[in-house]
Amino acid sequence: MNIAPKSSFVLSSRHMLGIEGLSHADIVGLLDLAEEFVTLNRQIEKKTASLRGRTLINMFFEASTRTQASFELAGKRLGADVMNMSVSSSSIRKGETLIDTAVTLNAMHPDLIVMRHHASGAVALLAQKVDCSVINAGDGQHEHPTQALLDALTIRRRKGRLEGLTIAICGDILHSRVARSNIILLNTVGARVRVVAPSTLLPPGIERFGVEVTRDMREGLDGCDIVMMLRLQRERMNGSFVPSVQEYAAYFGLDQKKLAYAKPDALVMHPGPMNRGVEIDSIVADGAQSLIREQVEMGVAVRMAVLEALSRNLPNA
Amino acid sequence: MLIDRRDRRPILLANARIMDPSRDLDIMGDLLLADGVVREAKRGIGAAGVPEGTEVVECRGKIVAPGLIDMRAFVGEPGAEGRETIASASQAAAAGGVTTIVCQPDTEPAIDDPTIVDFIQRRARDTAIVHVQPMAALTKGLKGEEMTEIGLLKASGAVAFTDGTRSVTNAQVMRRALTYARDFDVLIVHHTEDPDLTGEGVMNEGEFAARLGLIGAPKAAETIMLERDMRLVALTDGRYHAASVTCPESLEVLRRAKDAGLKVTASASINHLALNEIDVGGYRTFFKLSPPLRNEEDRRTLLAALAEGLIDVVMSDHNPQDVEVKRLPFAEAAYGAVGIETMLPAALRLVHNGEIPLMTMLKALSTKPAELLGLPGGTLRPGAPADVVVIDPDVPWILDRDELKSKCRNTPFDEARMQGRAVRTMVAGRTIYEYV
Repeated sequence: MNIAPKSSFVLSSRHMLGIEGLSHADIVGLLDLAEEFVTLNRQIEKKTASLRGRTLINMFFEASTRTQASFELAGKRLGADVMNMSVSSSSIRKGETLIDTAVTLNAMHPDLIVMRHHASGAVALLAQKVDCSVINAGDGQHEHPTQALLDALTIRRRKGRLEGLTIAICGDILHSRVARSNIILLNTVGARVRVVAPSTLLPPGIERFGVEVTRDMREGLDGCDIVMMLRLQRERMNGSFVPSVQEYAAYFGLDQKKLAYAKPDALVMHPGPMNRGVEIDSIVADGAQSLIREQVEMGVAVRMAVLEALSRNLPNA
Repeated sequence: MLIDRRDRRPILLANARIMDPSRDLDIMGDLLLADGVVREAKRGIGAAGVPEGTEVVECRGKIVAPGLIDMRAFVGEPGAEGRETIASASQAAAAGGVTTIVCQPDTEPAIDDPTIVDFIQRRARDTAIVHVQPMAALTKGLKGEEMTEIGLLKASGAVAFTDGTRSVTNAQVMRRALTYARDFDVLIVHHTEDPDLTGEGVMNEGEFAARLGLIGAPKAAETIMLERDMRLVALTDGRYHAASVTCPESLEVLRRAKDAGLKVTASASINHLALNEIDVGGYRTFFKLSPPLRNEEDRRTLLAALAEGLIDVVMSDHNPQDVEVKRLPFAEAAYGAVGIETMLPAALRLVHNGEIPLMTMLKALSTKPAELLGLPGGTLRPGAPADVVVIDPDVPWILDRDELKSKCRNTPFDEARMQGRAVRTMVAGRTIYEYV
């Protein structure tokens, strides 16, 4: 069975390197396309043939379970041949083989490369060296565009819109590519964005990103529609950026009490994996207001949409 | 190139605009060079007033100035000959109008022993076409722990002392070095950066770094170390030179120190005068420098400081890096840019843009470094070495990195549209480079 999506949306660029540079129409087009895949993914027959004959390489220089699985599934459901390459960053000397790897892979004629790397800009560097389409699955502290798109899709499905919503992004903004991509996307579609974090976890110049900045969860969550929590890496918890897990959880961990500052129908999101009891309490994470599992579902649909839209630009498509 | 080392004829550079920043001389006239020294510079020497056999070079429309002295250039000898040799650096220098390279001691091994100074001098004598003067390490092995043999190194020919791109973080070590160096009237040149505060920072801290997802290096890392050093200079009465100043906060520290009468001077790199952080664009690693490129306002402030004399010297901060260590994700790429050959053209571009007077720039590129290092060049006074550059200020050209003489191609000025360059470079009265 071949269920081709009705939307004929085509991305204006060859690669998906970041939300930066996408237009409002691009974002809406991708989300509309993804909606069709949500429907498809809930059927028994989940496969289409639009990427049949295409080769997708998943190249992860940084460990990832859900993003890699999500892209793999997305590629397979579109009919592509998917190859996974996990290059743990410890096994190669930092970045040294990136260009060599790119040249080698390019010789195998892939159609799409999905890449995650621990260095900002690494995916853009790869894109300069290969002939196929490249999708950024997270580069350092720079961008993670498919995460922002899946977050937007999740919100839009539940709230019916993005424009005019107030969204608080809370936690380690400094090191978060998810935060950067979300800030750019949400600003583009006309949402109101707040960031909430201790000052040590805010990048200098954040106030010029078009966001409201606060160091107080009560102020940050007051009247907001969406609370988006970020993961705090373990190595940053003990004295380097914040004094301790306990202190961080006390001031910035999302529990029921803090969630009550938001609108009564506010929804909670987290890109995963969660540190339960640190940035988010289990009761909130698993509660009625949580969208966390739905985010994972939307992830596959959004990645299918991105792959589909990019593949329409491929030669002989 | 028309190089004939045997040609010892006197040369008359005729009908030139002669600019001698050592005495603010700016006249139309002739410059006579003979026996390796400047004989005289004045109006209308003419063909009649010169010794027999003098070669007359017509220089109408051109500028004659003292050869440039590049006070901060990394040359790969010993230990990194793949990046640059004394020979290749000297070829690059000649093409850029530089007649003296002051090479840096952060080599492998470091220039921290008189035998290595001797090695550099012999290699320079045998392979270089311009003068090469080494700075020696301030601390043994550049470790920032124990001072080197400052007296013996100076006696063997080291022109100043520095730990290159490293900062001496231990204030006690710095204090003792400044105190001891004072007895030998030695200049200490210091890269001012608090390495802990810079941390993993790879570009200027601010909005732009945040947008690129790169960790920023705050200006305070530079200013704090400079401020500390000023206190130590006040304490010791040492002679001190800040290796590369980049931001207004550091300039204020410098101004206070100079106003207080401390023996303090400072350099700015041509990169920081000509470029800003926006040039990094989409992770362009040829613009990854240490200290990092700052913002446009900082750049303008730096130029203003040069114009008023707060910044004494302009240098290239020449740092050849192989493409393999540059073709990496930004955070992992090596620091540095080649610059010895492009310093003068980049400086002329600033002059043409009306951003700095030519005489000020020439002074910072020749007279000032000569004074600070006690070198005989940087002037066109009679008796001075005939190290001279003839500049065509107007010739338009486009920089092609594959035509650079350096062994490495990591220039931030690739494909830049230039106006003006060195068209003839002379060392000890002999033409070592000619632009055709």
